[in-house]
Amino acid sequence: MSFLSNITRSEGDPKVLRSGPSSLGSSDRLARNLGWFSIGLGLAEVFAASTITRALGMHGKENVVRAYGVREITSGFITLSVDKQAGLASRIAGDALDIATLTSALRPDNHKRENVALALAVVAGITLVDIIATTTSTVRHSSSRGQRRSYDDRSGFPRGVEASRGAARNQLADRRPTPTTTNSRPSKPAGAGE
Amino acid sequence: MRALVWHGKEDIRCDTVSDPEIEHSRDAIIKVSSCAICGSDLHLFHNFIPAMMPGDIMGHEMMGEVVEIGSGINDSLKKGDRIVVPFTINCGECDQCKRGNFSVCERTNRNKEMADKAFGHTTAGLFGYTHLTGGYPGGQAEYLRVPFADKTHIKVPDSLTDEQVLFLGDIFPTGWQAAVHCDIEPTDTVVVWGCGPVGQMTIRSAVLLGAKQVVAIDCIPERLSMAEAGGAITINFGKESVIERLNELTDGKGPEKCIDAVGLESHVSMGQPDTLLDRAKQVVMLENDRPHVLREMIYVCRPGGIISIPGVYSGLVDKIPIGMAMNKGLSFRMGQTHVRRWTDDLLRRIEEGQIDPSFVITHTVGLEEGPEMYKVFRDKQDSCIKVVLKP
Repeated sequence: MSFLSNITRSEGDPKVLRSGPSSLGSSDRLARNLGWFSIGLGLAEVFAASTITRALGMHGKENVVRAYGVREITSGFITLSVDKQAGLASRIAGDALDIATLTSALRPDNHKRENVALALAVVAGITLVDIIATTTSTVRHSSSRGQRRSYDDRSGFPRGVEASRGAARNQLADRRPTPTTTNSRPSKPAGAGE
Repeated sequence: MRALVWHGKEDIRCDTVSDPEIEHSRDAIIKVSSCAICGSDLHLFHNFIPAMMPGDIMGHEMMGEVVEIGSGINDSLKKGDRIVVPFTINCGECDQCKRGNFSVCERTNRNKEMADKAFGHTTAGLFGYTHLTGGYPGGQAEYLRVPFADKTHIKVPDSLTDEQVLFLGDIFPTGWQAAVHCDIEPTDTVVVWGCGPVGQMTIRSAVLLGAKQVVAIDCIPERLSMAEAGGAITINFGKESVIERLNELTDGKGPEKCIDAVGLESHVSMGQPDTLLDRAKQVVMLENDRPHVLREMIYVCRPGGIISIPGVYSGLVDKIPIGMAMNKGLSFRMGQTHVRRWTDDLLRRIEEGQIDPSFVITHTVGLEEGPEMYKVFRDKQDSCIKVVLKP
């Protein structure tokens, strides 16, 4: 990507020679991968619902699978956004729904129940990954990390607040440069008082 | 050299890049001594500002020593000068620059055609920002090329530290312009939404300009404590009703002047349902910005009042009660900062000891820690309000 962007840069602009440490942590990358996975799975559920229900012996549940697909895509978008924790949490809720739905398909008369058992094992594994991603991401981005301080001694006014109040009231001059051409219309900047 | 480089959403890296070169006779190269992470850098970090490209160097608040100058630079600048670089690049010669409207300079945006299409008419070139404003490499780096350097600089005396003058490049004049836009009268209540770095500067500016009372709104205790130290009455919107408190403070009439120092990423919470809807629309790209603060300002502002917007917005917003604003006769003033219009005056105020902008700095680190500090600043960890980087 850097190679491509280097090509488009102005001649004198600096170009990336070697990439260094990133602001993205491992939990961020995991969340990003899960987001794309969610969108991919969601698209498969929407467009190949019949194939999925056939493989799981869940005939007649195509619309349920499509609805789950829409849910996956939504979770994926949220997980890829800056609100990744919300997206990951919605993925865990979705995992629970998937597990409940698959469990109901484990009935004895389902001749594809071995496939259902396999799908359940996969969903359980993904649920575990989702929980790990949520936990690590929450810890990494928690606003409670680090020391809490009060800045009640930082006025910014060396002479104190009260001595500074109104100090510029009568000193605000027009800072706009004097027009240098006859076409330029002299005017005061908005709000500049005297 | 090393520089903080944008590689995509939430992906800033401390990369090794080639050194900048003089491209034009009015260019200069500076060795950066200090630079800062600005709140608007977080909008780029989150990829809310369109037309960023992987490989873009971040940073628009920087200063340093001139180490090389182009052949066309006159006596205005020489090697060894210590300068602060305004984030808005200005030619000093076009019609807008002559009027002091430096942030809409007609000549410095090298992607003028793109900006003309996006904005109707071009605005100035900006450092370390979107390609809509020229895509100029930014100053979170060891060296920086300054285009139109004979005009785009603020010389600073050696008697002042980097920390005292660095913010002349952006947040101090931004807060000042926001307050000046309010035409503050001695009887005015000025309300500032957002106590980040620009909000803090706005509060101090409103105090200096003589507002009767300055009210600051946020939900982060350490930011509110800094606002209170600067002379503001504070409202924690997570704990109390903004509307009720403002009515109490203004005898039920509402504040005359309202300032939005939040911009496009207003806080999202269950207590403010419109923010949830805005966030959902943002995720699916149906809306660029979250304008909760704008809506609230229009609602609470006293009829005939002024709304000033220094906070950055990127594009389209929904459900702005423009009918309410029209019927109340509100005036809106906004824009990127005309930095050079204000800096001679503000530098004098720093030299005279009226104000010391270094109060806002909470973290000072090396450039290599920059990527991590983007996260710390964004997540408001470790009571972080303002990060200064030392390349």
